[in-house]
Amino acid sequence: MRVGIDVGGTHTDAVLMDAATVVASVKTATTQDVTGGVVTALHDLVSSAGIDRDRIGAVMIGTTHFTNALVTGRGLARTAVVRLALPATSGLPPLVNWPAALHAAIDPRVHLCHGGHEFDGRAIAPLRREELLRVAGDLEAHDIRTVAIGSVFSPAAPELEEQAAAVLLEELPHLHVSLSHQLGRIGLLERENATVINACLRELADEIVEAFVGALRTAGISAPLYLSQNDGTLMDAEYTRRYPVRTFASGPTNSMRGAAFLAGELSDCAVVDIGGTTTDVGVINRGYPRQATGEVDIGGVRTNFRMPDVLSIGLGGGSLVTTGPSVSAGPDSVGFRLTRQALVFGGDVLTATDLAVAGGLAEIGDPSLVRHLDPGLVRRGLDWMAGRVVELVDRIRVSAAPLPIVVVGGGGVLMPEVLPGDLAVHRPPHHAVANAIGAAIGQIGGDVDRVVAVDGPRAREEAIAAARAEAERIAVSAGAAPGTVRIVDVTEVHVAYLPGGRRVQVRAVGDLDLEHRPAGGPAADGTRAEAGTARGHEQDARR
Amino acid sequence: MSFTLTPENLDDLAEGAAVLGTGGGGDPYIGRLLVERQLRAGRDVRIVDLGTLRDDALVVAVAMMGAPTVFIEKLPSPEGSVAALRALERHLGRAVDAIMPLEAGGLNSMMPLVAAAAADLPVVDADGMGRAFPEIQMVTFNVAGVPGSPMGIASDHGDSAVIEAADNDRMEWLARGLTIRMGGAAYTASYPMSAATVRETAVPGTLGLALRIGTALRTAREHHRDPFDALTAALRGTFYSHGRVLFRGKVVDVDRTTVGGFARGQVTLAAGGESGDPGDPGDRIVITFQNEHLVAVREGGHERDGQVAAIVPDLICTLNTETGRPVTTEALAYGQRLTVYAISTPAIMRSPEALACFGPSAFGLDRPYTPLEELTPATP
Repeated sequence: MRVGIDVGGTHTDAVLMDAATVVASVKTATTQDVTGGVVTALHDLVSSAGIDRDRIGAVMIGTTHFTNALVTGRGLARTAVVRLALPATSGLPPLVNWPAALHAAIDPRVHLCHGGHEFDGRAIAPLRREELLRVAGDLEAHDIRTVAIGSVFSPAAPELEEQAAAVLLEELPHLHVSLSHQLGRIGLLERENATVINACLRELADEIVEAFVGALRTAGISAPLYLSQNDGTLMDAEYTRRYPVRTFASGPTNSMRGAAFLAGELSDCAVVDIGGTTTDVGVINRGYPRQATGEVDIGGVRTNFRMPDVLSIGLGGGSLVTTGPSVSAGPDSVGFRLTRQALVFGGDVLTATDLAVAGGLAEIGDPSLVRHLDPGLVRRGLDWMAGRVVELVDRIRVSAAPLPIVVVGGGGVLMPEVLPGDLAVHRPPHHAVANAIGAAIGQIGGDVDRVVAVDGPRAREEAIAAARAEAERIAVSAGAAPGTVRIVDVTEVHVAYLPGGRRVQVRAVGDLDLEHRPAGGPAADGTRAEAGTARGHEQDARR
Repeated sequence: MSFTLTPENLDDLAEGAAVLGTGGGGDPYIGRLLVERQLRAGRDVRIVDLGTLRDDALVVAVAMMGAPTVFIEKLPSPEGSVAALRALERHLGRAVDAIMPLEAGGLNSMMPLVAAAAADLPVVDADGMGRAFPEIQMVTFNVAGVPGSPMGIASDHGDSAVIEAADNDRMEWLARGLTIRMGGAAYTASYPMSAATVRETAVPGTLGLALRIGTALRTAREHHRDPFDALTAALRGTFYSHGRVLFRGKVVDVDRTTVGGFARGQVTLAAGGESGDPGDPGDRIVITFQNEHLVAVREGGHERDGQVAAIVPDLICTLNTETGRPVTTEALAYGQRLTVYAISTPAIMRSPEALACFGPSAFGLDRPYTPLEELTPATP
């Protein structure tokens, strides 16, 4: 059995799942210390299900801790940045265009060094050991314990980043090293940004992971711990310590994946997550959230990180209803005061929830308190909200074919059974804890994104086959069961002006391999080391 | 027009340049960052009207050559453009007096500003394309018989070369080869000529135009006005006087292929799907592109089926329907709500000689050039 936990800003939700069945679910308050709410949720879950703790095979947690740390600038470590690129790229040094407050929070030491590759794999310049030794001296002098290393075209040629890391680690064995080719794709500035964010979160990651591990121990659970990544896949505790930035935006992703799972065989669908204040709409493509194309802003920093493509509007159960010449709801909301201020709870504010109750879509509070509402007004209000959601779904669709719509979240009652355009709404059981379910069913992914120069169809086929094989190896290396790994996406983009040049992006996913792990805890890398597969380490480093 | 760049009008200029990029030219984001750094370092970017230069002032066109994918990884530097400029100066035995953009669209609208700030030279408010085109011989200078070489070309390594080509087509071909050896991206300085020649052969006022377009779009957003009305109003009275919304709809198909080393393809938009406006499901527009948009053809079960709505060298732009922000061909994706907006080109780009160089036939299109204002009359 698996436990999925979603640590949100207000609530900590947890579910216990036996294969595809939800055995139990709980909702508790999130606590200031990381541990409290998780321990309570685990305790309540185990006692309500009445099961032996030893039957829990894994615990998956989705958390917003790291996103919040970056947005508030708290808990970030002083960070060094090394770029391997000279004599190229000096015109735009690392961290260009970062928000001043965040820049000040990490107080960076920036070093430009020789290195990097051309698009076709030739070196821009060889590494210079003496430069790196000077960097090590500078880090020591400033007592900096975490460094981000980026090299030009490292997604296609990672070796210089690894060599530079080795030199620094010789001098400073306790240094936390974050390498850009493991954290991003083509696009140096954006990839470097993600790497620096990761580097400044490393010490916090140690604390948080330690706290989660401690919570499991306190709750008497010996199963291994995994954390949700932003693309719906999982990483183990050790991997999270190294790549905390990958937890960013895992909340919306988990709700979308959880919804898709609950809806059954709908591996392609639109998910509408309606909360108290906002509605998020995303698309599930072959069981996974569709990724955003282009750059994504995290706390004012431009990155090209893997993120779900989500559209949001200010519409939720607590949205204020405006009755003028036309009826509309939001973006203002009564939020957590819904149970005091809404009409159905004896308050004096007309909310979206009141319309849903008056229109017979839900039984919440005291329906007699909204009986006086004009049925025409109620109808127009409900139609308006349904229309807004249909518009969002239409904007986010990936193809001309209509998508099934799955509605989750507490505000899901605002939607009718059938939306305009004859679109059936799926509202599965347990939809209120879709996030925790999404965490529980997380899988393992592997990505390749590289620019290759090929001459002729045969060379092109070989290049794509190599990229596919590499993506599969990366997924297995990250903990997927080999027999379950499949390629879910192959994208090829022609590189303008470059003869035979093309950018190949491949993504592989597989089920989490629970078979080969000792019950005592996560050991993705250690397990392979024991099996004597040195290749696993090499591939792991290329991740 | 003459003006000095500030961080505020730089954003507007970059957005306007992306509109003039007509779907291609690469995203000017990196170029904008480079210019911003020059301004922050206290350097000036002075844009001067063509009329302010002495007849014998030496003007050189600055541009980057290569693949946008390389630019976003091996980030361009001001030094590279300056190196190309210096190589050309050494060959000519005299100093350059002013810099000019080779093309007014995309990343290449920004690099001349970076080079000018770094070399402390003014930038002439004019260019050779009046928009973006995929090849460096597709310029009005070439149409007028101005030789593009000697051309300075430089890499990030500090090496440089000077090309003296037999003609401008061979210059493009030779420079393309060097660009690959230089790492898929190279800095160029070409078409050295006197200010008097620039006045006769360039498309004038295109940087000022880009600024005007970007300012109009931003102001419209700030005041919640229709960005396309604002764009049409901004174009009135310029050399690009006719602006038209050709179509408003949703991307229903993007088909990209690779032909002859260029990103060719077609994007299809369908009307309808807007809230409260089901539209005619047969009403579509198909845009063919080669890095930049080339021709827009109407499709559907009505009398305009098969009609050309606009064709190169007139500008066909794909803009976000809600914000008016330009969307490049690389970023086109299914489901986007776009407005297809066309802009007429100045007379200098419509002569028979100009059309032979960058009109429909130069791109292998078997349709004749017809001015936008005849193809799609303004709606009252």
